[in-house]
Amino acid sequence: MTTKDGRIAPPRNGETQELDRVTIRFAGDSGDGSQVAGLQFTNTAALIGNDISTVPDFPAEIRAPAGSLPGVSSFQVSFSSYDIHTPGDAPDVLVAMNPAALKTNLPDLPKGGTVIVNTDEFTDANLRKAAYQANPLEDGTLSGYRVIEVPITSMNARALKDSGLNTKQIDRSKNFFALGLMFWLYERPLEPTLRWIDQKFSKNPAVSTANADTLKAGYHFGETAELFPVHYRVPKADLAPGRYRSITGNEATALGFLAASRLTGRPLFYGSYPITPASDILQELARFKNFGVKTFQAEDEISAIGSAIGAAFGGCLGLTGTSGPGLALKSESLGLAVMVELPIVVAMIQRSGPSTGMPTKTEQADLLQAMFGRNGECPVAIVAPATPAECFDMAIEAFRIALRHMVPTIFLSDGYLGTSSEPWRLPSVADLPTMRVDFATDPKTFHPYSRDPETLARPWAIPGTPGLEHRIGGLEKADITGNVNYDAENHDRMVRFRAEKVARIANDIPDLKVIGEEEGSLLVLGWGSTYGPALSAVQRARTRGLSVSHAHLRYLNPFPANLGEVISRFDRILIPEMNLGQLLMLVRARYLVDAVGLNQVTGRPFKIAQIEQKVNELVRSKVTVG
Amino acid sequence: MTTETVTEPVPLARKDFVSDQEVRWCPGCGDYSILAQTQKLMPDLGIPREKIVFISGIGCSSRLPYYMNTYGFHSIHGRAPTIATGLKASRPDLQVWVITGDGDGLSIGGNHLLHILRRNVDVVIVLFNNRIYGLTKGQYSPTSEMGKRTKSSPMGTIDHPVNPLSVALGAEATFVARSLDIDVHHLLTTLDRAAHHKGTSFVEVYQNCNVFNDGAFMEFADKDVRPDRTITLEHGKPLVFGKDRNRGVRLNGTTPEVVDLGNDIAEGDLLVHDETREDPAVAYILSRMQYPQYPVPMGVFRAVQRPTYDDLMDQQIQDAISREGEGDLEALLNEGDTWTVE
Repeated sequence: MTTKDGRIAPPRNGETQELDRVTIRFAGDSGDGSQVAGLQFTNTAALIGNDISTVPDFPAEIRAPAGSLPGVSSFQVSFSSYDIHTPGDAPDVLVAMNPAALKTNLPDLPKGGTVIVNTDEFTDANLRKAAYQANPLEDGTLSGYRVIEVPITSMNARALKDSGLNTKQIDRSKNFFALGLMFWLYERPLEPTLRWIDQKFSKNPAVSTANADTLKAGYHFGETAELFPVHYRVPKADLAPGRYRSITGNEATALGFLAASRLTGRPLFYGSYPITPASDILQELARFKNFGVKTFQAEDEISAIGSAIGAAFGGCLGLTGTSGPGLALKSESLGLAVMVELPIVVAMIQRSGPSTGMPTKTEQADLLQAMFGRNGECPVAIVAPATPAECFDMAIEAFRIALRHMVPTIFLSDGYLGTSSEPWRLPSVADLPTMRVDFATDPKTFHPYSRDPETLARPWAIPGTPGLEHRIGGLEKADITGNVNYDAENHDRMVRFRAEKVARIANDIPDLKVIGEEEGSLLVLGWGSTYGPALSAVQRARTRGLSVSHAHLRYLNPFPANLGEVISRFDRILIPEMNLGQLLMLVRARYLVDAVGLNQVTGRPFKIAQIEQKVNELVRSKVTVG
Repeated sequence: MTTETVTEPVPLARKDFVSDQEVRWCPGCGDYSILAQTQKLMPDLGIPREKIVFISGIGCSSRLPYYMNTYGFHSIHGRAPTIATGLKASRPDLQVWVITGDGDGLSIGGNHLLHILRRNVDVVIVLFNNRIYGLTKGQYSPTSEMGKRTKSSPMGTIDHPVNPLSVALGAEATFVARSLDIDVHHLLTTLDRAAHHKGTSFVEVYQNCNVFNDGAFMEFADKDVRPDRTITLEHGKPLVFGKDRNRGVRLNGTTPEVVDLGNDIAEGDLLVHDETREDPAVAYILSRMQYPQYPVPMGVFRAVQRPTYDDLMDQQIQDAISREGEGDLEALLNEGDTWTVE
């Protein structure tokens, strides 16, 4: 916790102290409701005007054995009085609902941080499950931290003894006790959560009342207990005027695809097979049936993309979604879409690989798979959102490109973007980009593989159009007629057409913008979810007077037309990526520039400090490198 | 003279469904017959040409869409059912055909076949079964008989073959039939029935590959022996066969028995074919009958009604609209907790 001038705040009794940013991590057993507590805290912070940024961390197992280390789930929320771009490098406060949660999360808490522990769960049995030899509350493990011991389980049980619920049900409410306590500590109102509880548990009044009662009990406990000499206030952030809601990347993605359907007036068809972390999109879109959205839960990844291709053949917005292993399975079909030049979109939410990897952890190691993971010369367009809210705009953009250029387009997000949230300034539908779909209808001029002179897009002629009956397929096509053709010259021409068609998209996308000086010694060049830490690191370095700029790619194939020129204006290029250097490889190959990478594949997003440190290193070493 | 006339749509003929592409199957291939009967059927369906789509996978059979003057999609190996599902679900106004083979449909695409059948997507699937891989020049297929010597099984196959109709019935397909490339009248009638069935129609066509597996079906399909070695299933009729119509099939428990009519056995003792039975068990028993132990059944094994996937999908959308009203994007974006920054 820092004050406005950045110093650690000394506690003063009975006072309210103002902070400009706080990061809290709720951690507990995956059945403990840490996600719910975190989300409610986030919504409340957002509603009273803070900037917020969140990241959840779930185990891959739905319910690992209770109390075990693999069963710990956490939710980190950062809220502030200024514009923030990440959920915080490290928490200021850790709420640990059991020993396993303490053990797995304590290493992330800097010394001096606050730990709120649920002492009731520190039993011998639970300590054993968490592989503690001795009780960390007693053996000095927590020296150097500010420890606040609260018997959350038993206080929750006392608060609910007359609720009529059984012991197990009562125990399930304890996350609301902890949440109430945190609301008091940070001067947050209870009303938004009380409203939410009322709606969420309307069918179960006893549970609804219990959750509300224990939330209040936790709040009052903070007020009356003398555990906390001080409580804190984080003033409103200075956000751009407008109406906001908190949104995760995957929610924004689903809404963006829906918006594309509305803007084009064409029905959306989503074929998908459940896969972490993309399943949210299937679940979200399945709610939008009254918008005419059709969702198809396919038998496998191949069927999912096949159905999207079929829908696109019929003139609908054909969409499929997946993660790394699923894209591998879809690659042959994606090649078919390239060959038949139909405008499908693949929402690709990356996770840690290879193979099954770490499904609930994030990574950016599928950029090269998206670029090249198909047989033959097989280019597709690739766009990549930088923030959760931006997923909305880039989902629309993916369809805009696919439809205008008749090219399969990959929307390349990742698990971190998909599951983390931030405030989203709501657009007005009237302000969204205009998009149109033109089907071929004239039998006199129609040729299946004639091309638009500007974009090289082929016409989209859909079944049901009289006189335009034609056959498409995966075999090489003759230029213009689209008949099967094995001629050597024709194949060479068609391969080049498909490549040039994608290359020309560069004329139809915005130039890359530079934040900071337009030229100088160092450019930090990022893509995807490294945006938050990269931008924050550059901002911090600039505050310290370093000459460093930031640019972030939203278009990965093709690159913005000015990328080469932007790169040439800087002495050095740093590319931070959650992989071993994939954008780095593309940039070095394409522009023959000696860019350097900062690479991490831990399944976690970068910390600001990591990028900042690399920036420092490079700026310092600049003189010797020359 | 100017009089007002009601212009009837010009009736289409078989030639209207013949595309300008040169047919490239080997001379003598059974595929020609299936193509011819399919083209012949089209005008009788009364569906405008532009509303018909043929989708195929990979293999000799899958070339068929190129020769149909309709919309067509020659896709990738085994995946035609997936494309057909997406197309039919999003465009229920179209009549969608899937053309596949024993390798395409039952080997690489076996999974998709199972699922399109159980979902009952309203498409017609025609599976050309020649019990061999033709396009890749003569390897054994999933329907090749056990022990078959081919280029990839010089000592004979050790794979137990799959029975396409048993698989389709196992998936509870709502329309299951079998026909024969050289029995053109039966083939045309069967395709016609399939085209008129609402739901997934699955038709297996025994098709001769005269280059890599010539005569695969001749021991029962040859014109001279066919009446004695096959049996034509007719709804509501007892299972009678033979050149002299003097033999029949009755059920002994769950085991079919071939019997001679006369003396103590009358037609009334025979199994009466009921293609509308909800329970697919008897159709399954029929699908297991193979020559030489039994006559090979031809015709419609099963034809039952069940809501189609595409209809149910549309129904949910209609229900959602009548319950919640037509979707309003502006309202949806503003859903949930929002706040205003001045």
